[in-house]
Amino acid sequence: MADIALTPAKAKAEIREATAWDQVKHNRNWLGFWFMMPAMAFLIFFLAYPLGLGIWLSFTDTKIGRVGQFIALENYEWLWDDAIFWLSVFNTLLYTFVASAIKFGIGLYLALLLNEHMPFKAILRAAVLIPFIVPTVLSALAFWWIFDSQFSIISWSLRHLGLIDHNINFLGDPTWARICVIFANIWRGVPFVAITLLAGLQTVSPSLYEAATLDGATRWQMFRHITYPLLTPIIAVVMTFSVLFTFTDFQLIWAMTRGGPVNATHLMATLSYQRAIIAGQLGEGAAISSAMIPFLLAAIMVSWFGLQRRKWQQGENND
Amino acid sequence: MSSVHIRDVRKSFGTFEVLHGVTVPIEDGEFVVLVGPSGCGKSTLLRMLAGLENITSGTISIGDRVVNNVQPKERDIAMVFQNYALYPHMTVRDNMGFSLKLRGAKSEEIDTGVKRAAEILALTPLLERYPRQLSGGQRQRVAMGRAIVRDPQVFLFDEPLSNLDAKLRVAMRTEIKELHQRLRTTTVYVTHDQIEAMTMADKIVVMHDGIVEQMGSPLELYDRPENQFVAGFIGSPAMNFLKGKIKVNGSASFEGPNGVKLPLKTAPANSDGKPVVYGVRPEHFTIADDGAEAEIVVVEPTGSETQVFAKIGGEQVVAVFRERHQFSPGDKVRLKPDPSLVHLFDETTGKRLNS
Repeated sequence: MADIALTPAKAKAEIREATAWDQVKHNRNWLGFWFMMPAMAFLIFFLAYPLGLGIWLSFTDTKIGRVGQFIALENYEWLWDDAIFWLSVFNTLLYTFVASAIKFGIGLYLALLLNEHMPFKAILRAAVLIPFIVPTVLSALAFWWIFDSQFSIISWSLRHLGLIDHNINFLGDPTWARICVIFANIWRGVPFVAITLLAGLQTVSPSLYEAATLDGATRWQMFRHITYPLLTPIIAVVMTFSVLFTFTDFQLIWAMTRGGPVNATHLMATLSYQRAIIAGQLGEGAAISSAMIPFLLAAIMVSWFGLQRRKWQQGENND
Repeated sequence: MSSVHIRDVRKSFGTFEVLHGVTVPIEDGEFVVLVGPSGCGKSTLLRMLAGLENITSGTISIGDRVVNNVQPKERDIAMVFQNYALYPHMTVRDNMGFSLKLRGAKSEEIDTGVKRAAEILALTPLLERYPRQLSGGQRQRVAMGRAIVRDPQVFLFDEPLSNLDAKLRVAMRTEIKELHQRLRTTTVYVTHDQIEAMTMADKIVVMHDGIVEQMGSPLELYDRPENQFVAGFIGSPAMNFLKGKIKVNGSASFEGPNGVKLPLKTAPANSDGKPVVYGVRPEHFTIADDGAEAEIVVVEPTGSETQVFAKIGGEQVVAVFRERHQFSPGDKVRLKPDPSLVHLFDETTGKRLNS
């Protein structure tokens, strides 16, 4: 080393002990916790707490205006023997399965159609979203008029075409009523499925289709071997949501039929509302709502396991 | 294997014509490289050959059959895409066997085909992997395997190496060339990289703005470019161009910018005073006492050679020397082009003037 003496730097300020505040500022986990707090508080107050309260209520005989006693499973025992409850379970399953299946079919078809090159593509894509934008109650009211026993435009048209003699009692006949509410739900739910699947389709690289064309695939084979497998993760997500929304549907039914005629369109959600709020039996209504939980969990599990299997999506692990 | 004939092919997108009558004969078993800058129409031409784009006019035939209206799958061609286009949800085995499966081949037949291709490309240990689990070079090989399995008349490659890093690109280049020497399948290869074209091709087709500028063997194009575009495109570093006039005064010479005199072996007849572009490749400069005076600007040693950027008459040129000179910026040297290797081009049309 050179023999130039470096002038010693002025004594630096003594390094002080980190205060608690310093630690909080520099500990990323602690900081992360605080960033997470608002969201967590929201979830706890507006989701977890009501859910817990609902389950608790279902174990009590609470009525509106009276704090209930803990009665364990008595509400559920009552429901077990309640034919209307079982009818609502059947209705809900029918409603969910039929509506979801048709929504998937039409939604996929529309998505494939909108993914093609055609004139006015942007406008058509926007138009597909309209049913989704209209508030549910408004569209339910419109359907109410469309299916009205006296003023139904469908009955009117068919009568003027000479196809029927009398108005069809759309919302008064159990079978027709079921068909009508399912139809209304499908009309409302298709855009969500279609647009989400369309987004999924657009992530498929066009060169895969070109490669498949050269490999000799027909249009159907391309769908079967390329489009469909690549779309399955998105199908699983969108159908889980669609099933959850349909299973818990309330607005459409309540606005169109209020569960009638003779409970033919009562879903678990509408029955729960009727028993808990209209009839004031909060405990029993809560038990009906809580009875939906196993079904919803089952739907989530199906898609969860459906999503897990796809090894090709997983990262670059060279196993 | 089969020959391919592209005759006066044109392609328009709407009213915009991108290919203006392209004719390329391709012999059976030949490795042809279509090369040109972006937007020259080379990829479009390849896609028309594959059947992915319609042919506006002209004909393309594979073997003796005009394929203008033949479906892609019936053309008996296989294509390797720039992004490989491997099916992400299929294993390497399924990716390679997909075309056979669609053709309705029996599973043993598919197995044999995939196995053969996998052995050729050393992919056997990777057959059960998904594309995601492969490196770039491996994916590239799977894409080629998919083509080999089909045993097609013609292989088409669309810039297959441009997604690889420089080192792998060189290795794959050799691998593709070796594969071609082994299989002898007619191959059409598109690239924008003239080095790829030079190293791999039996025949290079240089395209520019929708026309064929020149075609021929790599060395033909290097030694005798028919026009200034080809001269500038083929060869790296690119050919130097100097504008000036021919002087015939007993012997021929070239008078460049600011009166710089450069040697010419012969001049075309009646060309005294004709304005021309004088082309000389960087590797054809030597240091000689009777050379033109040049001032060195930048020196770039690469180990095997040294690239020297210098100014002749105010114009920058580049020279490449195999021997190691000790130059530094600002030095004055005398650069002399080898007169027998000089190219002359018409200043307006860019056409080659000397024989």
